[in-house]
Amino acid sequence: MSKILGISCFFHDSAAAYIQEGKIVNAFQEERFSRIKHDDAFPKFSILKILEINKLKLNDFDAIVFYEKPFQKFVRLIETYVKNAPKGFTSFKAAIPIWVKEKLYMKKMIYQNLSKIDKIIDKKIFFSEHHLSHAASSFYPSPFTKAAVLVVDGVGEWATTSLWLGENKKIRKLKQINFPDSLGLLYSSFTQYLGFKVNSGEYKLMGLAPYGKPIYKNLIYKKLIKIYDDSSYSLNIKYFDFETGLSMINNKFQNLFGQATRKSDTEKLNKFHADVAASIQQVTEEIYFKILNKLYEDTKCNNLCISGGVALNCVANGKIKQKTKFKNIWIQPASGDAGCSIGAALAFYYKYSANSRKVVPSDSMQGSYLGNEYSEKEIKNILNKVGAVYEEIDGIDNTVKKISKLLAQGNSIGWFQGKMEFGPRALGNRSILADPRNPYMQKKLNLKIKFRESFRPFAPSILEEQVSNYFDYEGQSSYMLMVARVRKELLINKKLKIKDTDIIDQINNIRSKIPAITHIDYSARLHTVSKKTNLIYYKLLEEFFKITGFPILINTSFNIRGEPIVESPHDAFNCFMGTNLDYLVCGNYLLKKSNQKNEINIDYKNKFKLD
Amino acid sequence: MRVIIDLIKYLSMNKKLWLLPAILTIIILGGLIVLSQGSVVAPFLYTLF
Repeated sequence: MSKILGISCFFHDSAAAYIQEGKIVNAFQEERFSRIKHDDAFPKFSILKILEINKLKLNDFDAIVFYEKPFQKFVRLIETYVKNAPKGFTSFKAAIPIWVKEKLYMKKMIYQNLSKIDKIIDKKIFFSEHHLSHAASSFYPSPFTKAAVLVVDGVGEWATTSLWLGENKKIRKLKQINFPDSLGLLYSSFTQYLGFKVNSGEYKLMGLAPYGKPIYKNLIYKKLIKIYDDSSYSLNIKYFDFETGLSMINNKFQNLFGQATRKSDTEKLNKFHADVAASIQQVTEEIYFKILNKLYEDTKCNNLCISGGVALNCVANGKIKQKTKFKNIWIQPASGDAGCSIGAALAFYYKYSANSRKVVPSDSMQGSYLGNEYSEKEIKNILNKVGAVYEEIDGIDNTVKKISKLLAQGNSIGWFQGKMEFGPRALGNRSILADPRNPYMQKKLNLKIKFRESFRPFAPSILEEQVSNYFDYEGQSSYMLMVARVRKELLINKKLKIKDTDIIDQINNIRSKIPAITHIDYSARLHTVSKKTNLIYYKLLEEFFKITGFPILINTSFNIRGEPIVESPHDAFNCFMGTNLDYLVCGNYLLKKSNQKNEINIDYKNKFKLD
Repeated sequence: MRVIIDLIKYLSMNKKLWLLPAILTIIILGGLIVLSQGSVVAPFLYTLF
């Protein structure tokens, strides 16, 4: 049992991962190749890339493991319809045909899709339970021999929240909460209510929360969710539609808050929306910590691993050490379903392999740089092909010197280096970078480069040794999954007069010496950079520190709203030409926008749907 | 047919054989909906797919 392919697809964020002898070799998200955000298609391009890079054939794999068990999911659907009948016929009519026609024959579907790529025998296809895939994706790559593991997401087969204990190569479920009681679905219901897209707009809700006050918290506890002493919870399902309808919430939910669901295209965000966001964020955090405290009580283990979509709530993650007794925390960077491709393969490997588990002291995600890499020659060929005008810089040391100067001068730069990141965050290999000291940079990046809402915060990358000099934080946050406050000494309190109706304009207040990464509540989503995992980016931050006295850069994903992060130099060039980015760096090649031929300019903004 | 056998095995293992009549009815009903619709387009909802 040495080579395993993990697959997650047919729901959202399709991905494929290759595990060899328990080591994660590659992991790819299909959206990066297909250029369709959250692409749910069979990850054909990802698998082809794995085969190409590793010179493998499909039959070289000992097992191909799918990330969930379709039969269990189907039975959950049926039980739910039987329980609620005759209510739910609309939902039934929508869901059942797709199950009867396709999803029930998942093994056959996977086999057929694989057969289009290469020869394969169907006996090699296996299935892993959804929450086990999540739990395995966080425990096995973690730096812990023993750890308590929490999985919180919308729903898998039945489980919506599950608690595990991992020790060496074994992982054991302690407890689970089942559908329809779901913290993830509760958060997604509010996401929909505030006019954001379910399953992709949750982080917008999180970003909006600091603008408001949690004045609806008690109402949520009174009417929507009940918490029990053992940390389990139940939803008051009469306010929700997801069990039997085609929406997350119903009219009762809207009446409870006194306003209809926000129409994102016509209705501006206001104080009410911010207050609702703040309320659900606080409720989520309180339940999250209650579950974690119970998990600690049950396991008495100081190490914690987390995964599942709710684990991407970095605001809550940032408070775990204050609110619980856990001393060491590790969160899977691809905590959504894409990461299940890794987890499914690892769970299978450790169940059937005789080998013991090798724990890597940092972790075994390798900085999440698990994707494709382009050589200097390949980059040059692509740039020539697209007609780019570029300067070739001699060596990476000169590149970082030049780029750090350009950044300090106020330029926004598309930065393309090394292996693609796996997971939703750009971690300094496919990033847009800028100077966090610039008070206009947040607005410029949001409106002119990312073409997205002005209230959205940006994250800082910082040299890992210096993090506690600038933020109230000790240790690493290598995967941008922890939020911490900017240190008091750096804060500035210059408040603009703002009307209640223009609450979002608060973002224009100057709050610190690094305003572009200081959110409205003086917090920042940290990305600590280590020379062990990303030497080039580390050197760039060091050079920027020499020039400016700040070892910090704005780091946002290299894409516009609704677009998957760029994968290739070609994607990077397209995004560069379609936005107001000042420069693009691919390897050691530097492109200045004003030097490019005008006719290459692209109407980029309209190519991608709002997410 | 293989799917039905696998489903029965699964239900039996999980002590949920009581669901079998409901499942078979639903599969037949679902099949009829598929035939009457011609094509199947999946609406997106978190909990259904």
